[in-house]
Amino acid sequence: MNISTILDMAAEAFGDRIGVVSGDSRYTYAELRAAAVNAAAAIRASGAKYVALLDVNSPAAPVAIYAAAYANVPYVPLNYRLTAPEINELIERVAPAYLVTSADYAKLITPRADVQVVDRATFLSLPATSEEPTPADDPREVAVQLFTSGTTGKPKAAILRHENLSSYIFGTVEFAAADENDAIIVTVPPYHIAGISAVLSSTYACRRMVQLEGFDAKAWLAACREHGVSNAFLVPTMLQRVVDHLHDSGEPANLPALRALAYGGGKMPLTTIQKAMALLPEVDFTNAYGLTETSSTIAVLGPDDHRAAASSEDPAVRRRLGSVGKPGAVEIEIRSDEGQVLGPEEAGLVFVRGPQVSGEYLALGSQLDNDGWFPTKDRGYLDAEGYLFLDGRADDVIVRGGENISPGEIEDVLLGHPAVADVAVVAMPDEQWGEGVAAAIVLKPGSAAEVAELQELVKASLRSSRVPQRIVFKDALPYNELGKVLRRVIRQEFV
Amino acid sequence: MAKTVLKAGGRFKSAVCETQVMVIKAPAGEFTLSCGGADMIAPTATGGGDLDPAQAGETLIGKRYVNADESLELLCTKGGKGSLALDGVALEIKQAKQLPSSD
Repeated sequence: MNISTILDMAAEAFGDRIGVVSGDSRYTYAELRAAAVNAAAAIRASGAKYVALLDVNSPAAPVAIYAAAYANVPYVPLNYRLTAPEINELIERVAPAYLVTSADYAKLITPRADVQVVDRATFLSLPATSEEPTPADDPREVAVQLFTSGTTGKPKAAILRHENLSSYIFGTVEFAAADENDAIIVTVPPYHIAGISAVLSSTYACRRMVQLEGFDAKAWLAACREHGVSNAFLVPTMLQRVVDHLHDSGEPANLPALRALAYGGGKMPLTTIQKAMALLPEVDFTNAYGLTETSSTIAVLGPDDHRAAASSEDPAVRRRLGSVGKPGAVEIEIRSDEGQVLGPEEAGLVFVRGPQVSGEYLALGSQLDNDGWFPTKDRGYLDAEGYLFLDGRADDVIVRGGENISPGEIEDVLLGHPAVADVAVVAMPDEQWGEGVAAAIVLKPGSAAEVAELQELVKASLRSSRVPQRIVFKDALPYNELGKVLRRVIRQEFV
Repeated sequence: MAKTVLKAGGRFKSAVCETQVMVIKAPAGEFTLSCGGADMIAPTATGGGDLDPAQAGETLIGKRYVNADESLELLCTKGGKGSLALDGVALEIKQAKQLPSSD
């Protein structure tokens, strides 16, 4: 149950197949394994307790993941978009470390004796070793440590053990399932759980990975065509940009090789997925819901679900286009704030259980309850057939006079107004109710809407307690680089 | 026949062919795990002996092998000519439960 086995098997069965494509460089699975084994020897010699990566996507990311596993130290990719002080604080938390980086990010690092900084090019051309690696047999060893984005206070260090990641891969991916010509395009950054699971899943499926350093709709489309990309994963904002680009440029999609497009990492606007399905009718869409603490995907809305929902007259089936689907290799249950297990259509807190669920942070320990359930801190409900609908983060719920109000339902109503392009509903302090409802709205160019008519729309569709007592109009809403709206920044507007 | 404790994460290789396996899950207790008619050995140990032609049904890389009640599950990490058995009873290929590709 060591994740290095994944690469061993791909190299054994399809050693000559191209595993990674990045710009002009190509790595076969045998070359990828050789690079990881050589790097593992250098890591062991350094005495490091962690292998850190501070860099954009490149072959160094998969090599570092597997090299860390061969050397039996955790792999910890760092967010290169943080400020220099934030980055150095994280480096201090993983020292002594072997830190792989490139020129753009090396300058952000404050040198220290217990951190060996290695340039990406050097890391990828280390001398060959005759030493065969001896990865740990203990499945409880830590494979990956990820710093969560942490909305308050210091980032938490989520721990993923070999047994968590291995059960996810062995339980959901079929070995060597990919054809020789298949390719997946990876655009999520290496420090995101989806970036790590993409490497592990693709290696196990023996599917060629095409890497892009960053995301740009035009470059993404060009790379898909150039490399005959068959599979893709995008966060909703990226898919939105692809849809917008195709719409605005009038360019035909022209992606004959693309068969499967998975998305996740945030809420997908209904209009975006509908447009994407119309633009790419041959493509199989999959919505994947997962968390860092669950080793990636725990629920999937598959291609058949998408097509059934889009073509159904039944409102209960139609609305599933907005669901994240059914549990994968895990169990999911919904509980009330008091801890009672709820039935279908009853909204509450989402709990998950299964071997891929780590639910553990360094220093804080395991967050699983006695029966092994992890509180995702997402709110949601299941329908009668077990489809999961998410309803925002528990922390985002507005508590108005003891009544729990979900921002999502109000946002959906406001987005239905023809002039509204984007909206975020947040809590604002209120003397009478404790918290009140506030909305930040972006109008479509050339469109207009009055505060009163927007308030009336919410009142007519929901009820008066849901009506935003304050509405501000903005040019744009703040998002992080993965397309998550920064509610804490918006809340500041109303303090 | 030597009996051994099987633990998740444990690795074994065949003494008489190229087969290697990793334990995904295992029941408590001691068992005889064999491949090609000979007891499986530690990955670092040296094998020897001949493949039993009656136990040469081939083990395939990437396939998962289970006993009747699926309390034992092995992943074949390297294929070989021998077939796998637990306490003399042949293991069967477990049908993969494939989920829609999400990454």
